[in-house]
Amino acid sequence: MNSVQTMPVPDTTAVQPPENYLTEHTVSSWLLTTDHKRICILYLLSIIVFFAIAAVAAAMMRIELLWPDGRLVLPETYNKLFTIHGVLMVWFFLIPSIPAVLGNFVIPMMIGARDVAFPKLNLLSWYLFMLGGSFVVYSVVVGGVDTGWTFYTPYSTTYANPNVITMVAGVFIAGFSSILTGLNFIVTIHKMRAPGMTWFRLPLFIWSLYSTSLILVLATPVLAITLLAISVERIWGVGIFDPNLGGDPVLFQHMFWFYSHPAVYIMILPGMGVVSELIACFSRKKIFGYNFIAFSSLAIAVIGFLVWGHHMFVSSQSIYAGMVFSILSFVVAVPSAIKVFNWTATLYKGSISFDTPMLYALGFIGLFTIGGLTGLFLAALAVDVHLHDTYFVVAHFHYIMVGGMVMGFMGGLHYWWPKITGRMYPEVAGRIAALVTFVGFNLTFFPLFLLGYLGQPRRYHSYPPEFQIFHILSTAGASILGIGYLMPLIYLLWSLRYGEKAPANPWRATGLEWQTPSPPPRDNFEQTPIVVEEPYNYPPENA
Amino acid sequence: MIQPPRIYIGTFLALIALLGATIVAGYIDLGQLNLPIAMSISIAKTLLIMLFFMHVWHGSRLTWIVAGAGFFWLMMLLALAMTDYATRHWTPVTPF
Amino acid sequence: MPEAGTAHQFETLEQQRDADLLGMWTFLATEVMFFGGLIMCYTFARFSYPSAFESASHRLYVAYGGTNTAILLCSSFTMALAVRAAQMGRRKPLIGLLLATILFGLAFLTVKGFEYHTDYVEHLVPRWNFRWEGSDGRQAEIFFWLYFILTMLHALHVAIGIGILAIMAVLAWRGRIREGSDIPFEISGLYWHFVDIVWVFLFPLLYLVGHR
Repeated sequence: MNSVQTMPVPDTTAVQPPENYLTEHTVSSWLLTTDHKRICILYLLSIIVFFAIAAVAAAMMRIELLWPDGRLVLPETYNKLFTIHGVLMVWFFLIPSIPAVLGNFVIPMMIGARDVAFPKLNLLSWYLFMLGGSFVVYSVVVGGVDTGWTFYTPYSTTYANPNVITMVAGVFIAGFSSILTGLNFIVTIHKMRAPGMTWFRLPLFIWSLYSTSLILVLATPVLAITLLAISVERIWGVGIFDPNLGGDPVLFQHMFWFYSHPAVYIMILPGMGVVSELIACFSRKKIFGYNFIAFSSLAIAVIGFLVWGHHMFVSSQSIYAGMVFSILSFVVAVPSAIKVFNWTATLYKGSISFDTPMLYALGFIGLFTIGGLTGLFLAALAVDVHLHDTYFVVAHFHYIMVGGMVMGFMGGLHYWWPKITGRMYPEVAGRIAALVTFVGFNLTFFPLFLLGYLGQPRRYHSYPPEFQIFHILSTAGASILGIGYLMPLIYLLWSLRYGEKAPANPWRATGLEWQTPSPPPRDNFEQTPIVVEEPYNYPPENA
Repeated sequence: MIQPPRIYIGTFLALIALLGATIVAGYIDLGQLNLPIAMSISIAKTLLIMLFFMHVWHGSRLTWIVAGAGFFWLMMLLALAMTDYATRHWTPVTPF
Repeated sequence: MPEAGTAHQFETLEQQRDADLLGMWTFLATEVMFFGGLIMCYTFARFSYPSAFESASHRLYVAYGGTNTAILLCSSFTMALAVRAAQMGRRKPLIGLLLATILFGLAFLTVKGFEYHTDYVEHLVPRWNFRWEGSDGRQAEIFFWLYFILTMLHALHVAIGIGILAIMAVLAWRGRIREGSDIPFEISGLYWHFVDIVWVFLFPLLYLVGHR
C-alpha cells in the first residue's frame, strides 16, 4: 500500500529541454566552474565590459579631435584617454578575445575532448584576468595614467604620476592569465586529441590557436619582467632604463617590443584561424592549401619574434640592427600573404553564401590585406622615418586589429553562437550590422592613412586646422562603427530569449564540434569520437 | 623509466667537478675567453641536470623540443638585441 | 570513460601523466623567458660597462656563491633520488630524501641571508646605503641592482620550491603514493632542478666576471 513507490507518470505534453552545460543556474556553479564552456562565457562578459570602457575613451578622443584646438578635454586628459584605450583594448579585449572566449569553448570540442588539460588552471586564468583588469580600472579611477599603452621610459619611470605602478601591476597580473591559457591550450592540443585526430586532420583554427599559444607562453614572461623592472625603477629609483643612472631607455623598448610585437600576432592569428573555418564552410569547399596555411601559422609565430626592432627604427637603435629587423619584417609578411592567397583560392569556384559570419570573414580578408600591406610601408626604413609616430601607423594597426581581428571575432561569435547558446541570432540584423561595421570602419580609419601621410603625429589632441576635414570624416565614421557594434550587442542578447532554437549543425559544417547538440552537454561528447575523415570534407555526410 | 642509482651518483659527481672547474677558471686570466668558458661549463652542468636528473635522456622528442625551446628563444632576444648594442658605434651619429 | 584515479577530462592515467609533465615543461620554458628578461638587462649592462662590472663582481664573495652552488647541486641530487624512490613506491626513502632536499634549500636561503647582511654592511645595497670608491659608481650600482633583483627573484623561487616540497612530503607521509602515482613528485622535481639550473648560470655571471 504505502511501501510501494510508484513512479510518477511523465508529463509527455511538455517537452523538457535536455540537460546541457547551461542548465545549472546557481551563482557558484558559474563562479566556481571548471567547464571550459562556462569559462568562455565568463570571459565573454568580461571582455565586453572592458571593450565598452575602452570604446568610451575612443569616443571621447574622436569628439575631442573634431576641433583643431581641442575643446573637450585637457591635453593631459587626452593622453590618459589614449592610454586607457590602448591598455584595455590590447590586454583586456584583443588578446583574450578569440583565445579565451572562442578558443576555450571550441578547442576541446574540435579535438574530441571533454575539457582542456587543466580545467582548474583555466578558471584561475579568468580570476587573474579579472584581478588584473580591476587594478587597471582602479588606476584610471584614481586619476589615470598618461604614458601611452607603451609605457616608454624614462617618462614612465621618472616623471609620470604614480598610478603607473597600479596600472602596470594590473597588466602584469593579466599577463599570467595569458600564460596559463596558452600553456593549457598547448598541452590540450598535444595530449588530448581523440583517437584518429592526427595533427593534419585538425581544423586550421586549432593550428592558429596552437601557434598563438606558443607566443603567449614564450613572449608574455618577458613583458612581465619588463613591467617589474620599470616598477622597481619607479619605486626605488634604481634601474637600468634611466640615462642618469647609467641605463638605456632604448633597452626598455627592446624588451617591451620583444613581447609586444609577437603580441600583435597573438591578436591576429586566432582571427585568421576563424577565417579559415568560415571561408571553407560558407564556400562549401575544402580549404585550399591546408598544409600551407597550417605551416604559415607556425611561421608567423616564429618569425614574429624576430622583427620587434621595426618599432624602434628612429629610436637611436643602430641602423645596422634596423636593417636586419627591416628585412625580417618583410619576411614575416610572406606567410600572412600565403594565407590570403589560399583563402581566395578557396573562394574560387566555391558555392558561396553571404551569411553574417561570411560577411565578417570577407571583410577580414580585404581589410587585413590593406592593414598588412601598409605594414610593409612601415617596414621600409626610409619610409618609416617619415611615417613613424604618425596617424599612418594608427591607421595601419587599426586596419589589422579592428578591420581584421575584431571582424574575425564577430564572425566567429556569430558562427559558433548557435552552438554556445542553442539559439540562432536574427540573420537580417546580423548582415546589416556587418555592413554597417564595414562602412563605419573604413570611414573612421581610411582618412587616418591620409592624415599620417600628410604628417600629423599621433597622440596629439590638437593639430593644424587644414587637417580638420579628415578628423571630421573619421569621427563620423566612428559613430557609424559604434552603431555597428551596438547592434550585435542588442540582437545577440535578444536572441537568448527569442531566437530560434538552434539545431546541432545549423551551418552544415564539418568539424567535431557540430556533432554535438546545441548547446552541448557538460562533457561535450556522449562517447569519445573516433576520427577517420580528413578535415573540411565538404559537403559533410550528415548535411 | 627508473634509472639505476649510479646514473644519479655519476651525474652528481660530474656536477661537483664542473663546479670546481668553474671556480678555478674564475681565478685564471683568460682575457676575453673567461665568459665563454664559464658559460660553456654552465651549459655542460645544465645538460647533465636536464638529461639525467630531469630525465630528458629517456624522454620523448617533444620533451627535448620544449626543454630546448625556452633557451633557444632567449638566445633570440639576446642575439637580436645585441645586434643593436654591438653595432651602434659603427657609424658616427649625426643628429637629424 | 576515464580510468580510475584520473581526472575526469583524461581517458587514461598515462594521458594524465603525459599532460602533467608537458604542462610543467612548458611552464619551465616560460620561466626561462622570465629570468631571461633580466639576463637581457645584464647582457646590455655588462657589454656597456665591462670594467665596472668586473670591479663590482669582485666585491662579492666566491665563498658564499660557491657554497650555495654546491648546496643546490646536492639538493638536486637528493631530489632526483627522491623522485626515483617515488617511482619505486618506496615511502620512507622518499620522505627522507624530500626532507633532505628541503634542508638543503633552507641552507641555501640561510647562506643567502648571511650574504645579504654582509652586502649591507659593506655598503653595496643600491639606493639604500651604496658607497663606491672610484668614478664608475653609477655603473657598479647597476651591477648590484641586477645582483639583488636576480638573486632575490631566484630566492623567491627557492622558497616556493621548498613550500611545494613540503606539501609533497606531507602527501608522501599520508601514504598517497603507490607505484605509478609518482607524477606530483616528478613535476616538483622538474621545478626544483630548474631553480638549480638558474643558479648554475647566475653563479659565474655574478661572482666570476673577468678574473680574480
